[in-house]
Amino acid sequence: MNLMEKDCIIIGGGPAGLAAAIRLREAGVRDIVVIERERQAGGILRQCIHDGFGLTRFQESLSGPEYAWRFLEKAVDLNIPLLTETTALKVCPDKTVIAVSRRHGWLRLRARAVVLAMGCRERTRGAIGLPGTRPAGVLTAGVAQSYINIHNLMIGRDAVILGSGDIGLIMARRLTLEGARVHAVLEIQPHAGGLPRNIRQCLDDYGIPLLLEHTVVDIRGTGRLESILAAKVDANRNPVPGSEREFRCDTLILSVGLIPENELSLTAGIELDPRTGGAIVDEHYQTSVPGIFSAGNVLHVHDLVDFVSLEAETLAESVAVFLKNGCLESCPIALKAGSGVSYVLPHTISGTREVTLSLRVREPLKPCLITVRQAGGTVLSRRFAKALPAEMIHLPLEAEIVNGRTPLEVTAV
Amino acid sequence: MKTSCVCIICPKGCELEGETDGQEILSLEGASCPRGREYLAQELRDPRRTITSTVLVEGGESPLVSVRLSAPVPKNQIFAVMEAIRRLRVVAPVSLGEVLLPDLLRLGCDLIATHQVFAAEKYGPR
Ligand SMILES: Cc1cc2nc3c(=O)[nH]c(=O)nc-3n(C[C@H](O)[C@H](O)[C@H](O)COP(=O)(O)OP(=O)(O)OC[C@H]3O[C@@H](n4cnc5c(N)ncnc54)[C@H](O)[C@@H]3O)c2cc1C
Repeated sequence: MNLMEKDCIIIGGGPAGLAAAIRLREAGVRDIVVIERERQAGGILRQCIHDGFGLTRFQESLSGPEYAWRFLEKAVDLNIPLLTETTALKVCPDKTVIAVSRRHGWLRLRARAVVLAMGCRERTRGAIGLPGTRPAGVLTAGVAQSYINIHNLMIGRDAVILGSGDIGLIMARRLTLEGARVHAVLEIQPHAGGLPRNIRQCLDDYGIPLLLEHTVVDIRGTGRLESILAAKVDANRNPVPGSEREFRCDTLILSVGLIPENELSLTAGIELDPRTGGAIVDEHYQTSVPGIFSAGNVLHVHDLVDFVSLEAETLAESVAVFLKNGCLESCPIALKAGSGVSYVLPHTISGTREVTLSLRVREPLKPCLITVRQAGGTVLSRRFAKALPAEMIHLPLEAEIVNGRTPLEVTAV
Repeated sequence: MKTSCVCIICPKGCELEGETDGQEILSLEGASCPRGREYLAQELRDPRRTITSTVLVEGGESPLVSVRLSAPVPKNQIFAVMEAIRRLRVVAPVSLGEVLLPDLLRLGCDLIATHQVFAAEKYGPR
């Protein structure tokens, strides 16, 4: 197995990987390669045929494939080497990457910097422990989306959707448009998981009921799914006896969360944050292993691809500096998620330049006050008309307001 | 009368609260940009939606090409438009931005490919 030496290897050719590769080239880093598992680059966007992408970045509403194409086209123009149908199997702490490729067989690559941009995967039935039989017709929303939008396979006629995240909502509309009947969307939490605009244009427009504080308590059928039993849940998320309701359906779609795809990060010995499921990073998006960087859905699950691209570009600028100087400015100041905040990124900052914090609130707040404190004093507070767990908040933090090295804490009320 | 709805123009999803006479907006709160008022005015007069879907491709490296409308159509035409999209067959290659059906159902908008599909030979037998 020959060893291929590169300045930078980018693992994953989705929006994050492509944006990072383009910005690296623009910053003068020539010797790079993007490794992509699928036959075509573009990531999850290839199957997201709905529109609503790019409103922040391009001020127009693009479909997923159109958004991806803006980056792919540029990558082609810049002659960025793209190894498609190539899967990275292992990343070593010394930045050797082992991959297997349809065309080239086994590959061993080594780089001075590695960018992790593998995206995320879906939580499955097993992960949430749904009881019942094991018939065909129970599938995750992303898999359903890929069957219908890429492979031209219709998955069923009568569906129930568990989980009200954006993917579940988008699939409710898609199934309806393709002639299936969506009986209900069930959500275990007291509030919807997806964006309000998707509730309106995917459910309300088609009269699909959203049942909050409901879950599936039984799956029935042999061979093919025949029905599911839904029930209301109490404040502790336990089913309320007597509230069960049967829905006859041949399809149950699960939209119950995404998990950053970090198996490779673990092989490299990278430290992960149990709250985000992604790597612990500093303001350069550098992980606990120097020279290995992470951005996009592999770092934390994003709702808007525009911010994935932005994050990857910020990462790429740091990688370019790292390749030039062999190191990056140290980040000794810790950032902590305080009450009301489920997580905040990056985990550490230098305190010498402006950084944009990404965070999510734990529960819907209306209005919402986000406060950054250091050593008991407030250094920044910002008021928002509303804040939802479904919507990531971006908060610029100027260097001047940070004093010394004591940790910063971000809270929301 | 009081009207409240979520603006669907961008991911911000402003909660519009207004006073209307059923046709015209008398007062409006909650919109963080001028598009909120435009949206609500349109929604009262003539609610419209864009549609995205897929069209069957013959002889392509993939069986479908993703499509969208060039402009929103009246809400009550959504299923008629879907039927027209379902009946359509196109032959590869298809390029991104190509008009696959001009002036769809005489609604004044075109059906546009949002992805490209190469002809199957390009990749050889697989
Ligand atoms: C159903 C759905 C609907 C969405 N709707 C919207 C929306 O309306 N608006 C919006 O702005 N955003 C939306 N998003 C979010 C947006 O699509 C994502 O935030 C974005 O695609 C994340 O980009 P990424 O590059 O981090 O990951 P991905 O797009 O997942 O790309 C990761 C890439 O890495 C590759 N890969 C993974 N592991 C390996 C490996 N070991 N070796 C080689 N390659 C590998 C994968 O094949 C993939 O191509 C939606 C997402 C989904 C799933």
